[in-house]
Amino acid sequence: MSKIHVTTVVNGDAVEFLADPRETLLDCLRDRLGLTGSKEGCGTGDCGACSVRLDGTLVCSCLVLGVEAEGKQIETIEGMADGATLHPLQRKFIEHAALQCGFCTPGILVAAKALLERNPDPTEEEVRFWLAGNLCRCTGYDKIIRAVLDAAAEMRQEAA
Amino acid sequence: MAKDEFREFKLVGTRPDRPDGLDKVTGRARYGADISAPGMLWGAVVRSPHAHARIVSIDPSKALALDGVKAVVTRADFPEGLTGEDWNLQENTIAGERALYDGHAVAAVAATSKLLAEEAARLIAVEYEVLPHVIDVDDAIKPDAPVIRAGAADASVPEGMPPNVVRYMDFGRGDVEAGFAEADLVMERSYKTEATHQGYIEPHACLGQLGADGKGEMWVCTQGQWYIRKMCTAVLGLDASQLRVTPSEIGGGFGGKTTIFMEPLSLALSRKAGGKPVKIVMSRSEVLRATGPTASASMDVKIGLKKDGTITAARAEFRMQGGAFPGAPVDMALYCCFAPYNLTNVAHVGYDVLANRPKCAAYRAPGSPMGAFAVESLLDEMCRALKIDPLQMRLKNAVKEGDKSSYGPRFGSIGLIETLEATQAHPNLSIKLGPNQGRGIAAGYWFNHNGETSVSLAISEDGTAQVSVGTPDIGGSRASIALMTAETLGIGYEDVRVNVVETGALGVNEPTHGSRATFASGKAAVIAAGHAIKEMCRRAATEWGIEPEAVEWVNGAAQPAGPNAGKHPPMTIAEIAGKMGQTGGPISGHHESVPEGVGASFGCHVVDVEVDPETGRTTILRYLVVQDAGRAIHPAYVEGQYQGGAAQGIGWALNEAYIYDDKGRLANPVFLDYRIPVASDLPMIDTVIVEVPNPGHPYGVRGVGETGITPPLPAIANAIEDAVGVRMAHLPMSPATVLAALKARG
Repeated sequence: MSKIHVTTVVNGDAVEFLADPRETLLDCLRDRLGLTGSKEGCGTGDCGACSVRLDGTLVCSCLVLGVEAEGKQIETIEGMADGATLHPLQRKFIEHAALQCGFCTPGILVAAKALLERNPDPTEEEVRFWLAGNLCRCTGYDKIIRAVLDAAAEMRQEAA
Repeated sequence: MAKDEFREFKLVGTRPDRPDGLDKVTGRARYGADISAPGMLWGAVVRSPHAHARIVSIDPSKALALDGVKAVVTRADFPEGLTGEDWNLQENTIAGERALYDGHAVAAVAATSKLLAEEAARLIAVEYEVLPHVIDVDDAIKPDAPVIRAGAADASVPEGMPPNVVRYMDFGRGDVEAGFAEADLVMERSYKTEATHQGYIEPHACLGQLGADGKGEMWVCTQGQWYIRKMCTAVLGLDASQLRVTPSEIGGGFGGKTTIFMEPLSLALSRKAGGKPVKIVMSRSEVLRATGPTASASMDVKIGLKKDGTITAARAEFRMQGGAFPGAPVDMALYCCFAPYNLTNVAHVGYDVLANRPKCAAYRAPGSPMGAFAVESLLDEMCRALKIDPLQMRLKNAVKEGDKSSYGPRFGSIGLIETLEATQAHPNLSIKLGPNQGRGIAAGYWFNHNGETSVSLAISEDGTAQVSVGTPDIGGSRASIALMTAETLGIGYEDVRVNVVETGALGVNEPTHGSRATFASGKAAVIAAGHAIKEMCRRAATEWGIEPEAVEWVNGAAQPAGPNAGKHPPMTIAEIAGKMGQTGGPISGHHESVPEGVGASFGCHVVDVEVDPETGRTTILRYLVVQDAGRAIHPAYVEGQYQGGAAQGIGWALNEAYIYDDKGRLANPVFLDYRIPVASDLPMIDTVIVEVPNPGHPYGVRGVGETGITPPLPAIANAIEDAVGVRMAHLPMSPATVLAALKARG
C-alpha cells in the first residue's frame, strides 16, 4: 500500500514521516520516529501504556492513525522533562517508588500530567478514576496515587 | 522482634532512588519491542482457531508469493527426536500433528514490514480436521474425556487412571481418620478456581538472529536469559554456547516470562531468511491465548477442628489442569496449602490433568493461591461454626522454627507467629464495620527459592564498583543489590552500578523467579564483594609489609587490625584501586553456587469489603498485608511487592478468569474483557513489614515477591461471608455469582 507523507510537531520539534495508512500513531512514533517511550500493551485502547497528547487531548495512540497526526501537536513522554530537569511527576514517581517494571509508567505520567493541568488539586478518588484507563500490574496503584497527589501538592505550592 | 536487632546498617533498610529510575520515567528504558537492527525483518505467527484439531496441510504459497516475504517456517523446520520437557517446549512453540489449543502456533512468517508479515500470515492456508476437545478440569479427568495425548503420563500415575491424568501424587503422615475422630467438628468442602493470566502489561517481544553456522544472538524480554538460551537451543538443536541472549528491561513477568513462546520461531525464521534478524512482538490477544496462564483447580478439603481451635487432621485432594502439557502446579499447591499449620495427621492427593488449553507457566507462588483459597476458606467457615476467633485459631496452630512442615521438611527460622501477632496488633482490626460490610482474614505461604547463581564484581580504577548479575530487574533488585554491595564494601550506594548482563558474560543463572533475585544474586554479590575486600586487604598488607591477616576492612578502607600490626593510616578503596595496575592488576570478586539458606516467607492479610446486595458487587474498603521479609533491604520496594501481590490476588478473587466458548475458544482475549484491577477498583493497600531475619543470608533476606498473592483469594471470600452470609466456593466472585448466591440464600 502506498505511503502518505505526514508533517507534524512532536515535543516541539517539526518532524515528517511516511505512514502506511493502516499504521497507528503509536507505530509511527515508535517505528518511524524512534520514539519508543510510548508502549503498546494491548493495541485496543484498554491499557493506556501508549498515552500521548494530540493537540492537548489525552489519547491512546494505538487508537489513532498515524496519518491523523498531520498538522497536529503531539506530546509524548520523551518531551515531559525540560532538558535535564524532570517534571515534578517524574521526580515524585522515582521518590515514591511508584514504578516496579516501569512499562506502564510513561503512559501514566502523560495521563497524570493531563489531569493536573485540568485539575491542580485532585482528590485521591479523582486521581484513581482519571487513571482508571492506565493499567499497572505491578504496584497495586498505591504508590502511583501517592506520587501524583504529592506532585500536585508541590506544583500548587510552586504556583502559589 | 528482630533476632539480630543490635546490628546496625548504614544503607541496608534505607529508601534511595532506584538506579534505573531516570530511564524509566523518561521513556529511555529499552524493553523487548524497543530495539531494532539493520536489515531487520518482522515476524508474525499463524495460530490455530480450534481448541483441538489435526493439521491436515499447511500451504504457504500465497504468502511466499508476496513481495517482501522472506521465509515461512513450520514444524518441519525443527529437529525431530526430542523427548521430555524439550519435546513439550518444541510442541508448544509450534504444533506438530495436532493443534492442542485455541492460539497454538502452527506456522510463522518473516517479511520486510510488520503489516506485510501480518498480511502474509493471513495468507498461509491451514487445513484442519477438528477433533473433540475438553476445557474444564473436572471434565478432562473423566475416563471418557477426549484424549489430549496418549502416553503422556509419567511413572507416578497408577494403572487404570483416566487418560488425561499425567502426574499423580499421594503423600502425608499420621492417621487422618483417627485425627478426624478426635475432632469436635469435621467439615468437607469442594472449591474451584479458574485460570488467570499473569497479565504483565508488556507483551512478549524478541529480536532473534541465527546464521547457517549455528551462531546466534537474541534480544528479548525475559525473566531469565539463560532459560531462553537453554530452551531455544534445545528446541532448535543448537549448541547452548553459540546463542548469546541479552535481556531487555522487562515489563512485568510474574513467572510468565520464565519460558519460551515465539523466541525459537524468530531464530528459525532468521536462519531461513539468510541470517537477517527477525523481530516478533505479540499482540495482547496472542499473549492471552497462547502464553502461560496459570492452572485452573478443582479441590476437595476435609479438616477436623477441636473446640479449643486445635486442628486434629487435614486432607486435601486437588485436581489441576495446566493446559495440553504436564506441569500444573498441583504439587506446589499441596505443599503450601497446610504449611502454616503444625499438623500431626495430614494427607494430600494430587492429579495433574491435560486439557485443550495453553501450556501453563509459573504465576507468582504457583499453586499456592488455589490451595490457600480452599484451606483458608474452610478453616474460616469452621471457626465461624465453632465461634472461634480465626486469628487465634491460626496462632494456636502456627508453625515455628523446628516444626515439621505439613509437606515434610523441618522449618528453619520462620516468622509466622510474629506475622500473626503483628496482624493482631494492627489498628485496622478494630475499625467498626457497617451493614453489608465484612472482614476476612487468611494466611499464606511461599517456600522461596535459591537456584543457580553466578555474579561477578569488579572494582574500578576510581574505587567505585560494578556488579554483573544474571537476574533481570523486575521490581527494584538493582537497588537492593547495590545497597547490599555498598554496605559490604563500605562505599556509597551511588558508587555501585549493578548491571543485568547477557549470557556471554557470566555462568549460568536461573531467572528472576521464586522470589530469589535479592536473596540469591544479593548473597552472591556480598560474597563476591568479600573476595574483593580480601584482595584489597592483601594489597595494603604488601605495601605495609605486614601479614594479610593483620589487616581488616572498616568503612571502605584497609587498616591495621590491632596495635601489633603497626601504625599505618587507613588505605581507602580509592587509593588501593588507583594503583591496582602496579600492585598486581585488576581487583574483582565472583561467586557461583546454588546459595544455601533460603528462608520461607509467611503472610497474613486482612480485608474489609462491602457487598452491594442489589448488584452483588464487592468493594474493597481497606486492605492490610502483613508479611515476614526477613529483612527489607529497600523497604519501599518490599511494600511494592506486598501491594502488587495483593492487587493481583484481588483481581483473581473478584474479576479475572479465562472464559471459553462451547468450541473451546478463549472468549475474552483482550484487557477489556479479561479485566484486571484498575486504579478505581482499589483502596490504598496498608503494609506491615515483619522482620525475622533469615540466618541463611548475610543481611537476613527471605525473598518477598510471591507470598502476597496467596491470601487475598480466601481473605476476600471470608470477608464476603462475614458481610452478607454467603460462602463463595468458586472463583471469581463476580457481581453475577455473588448476586446468584444471595438470591439462592433468599
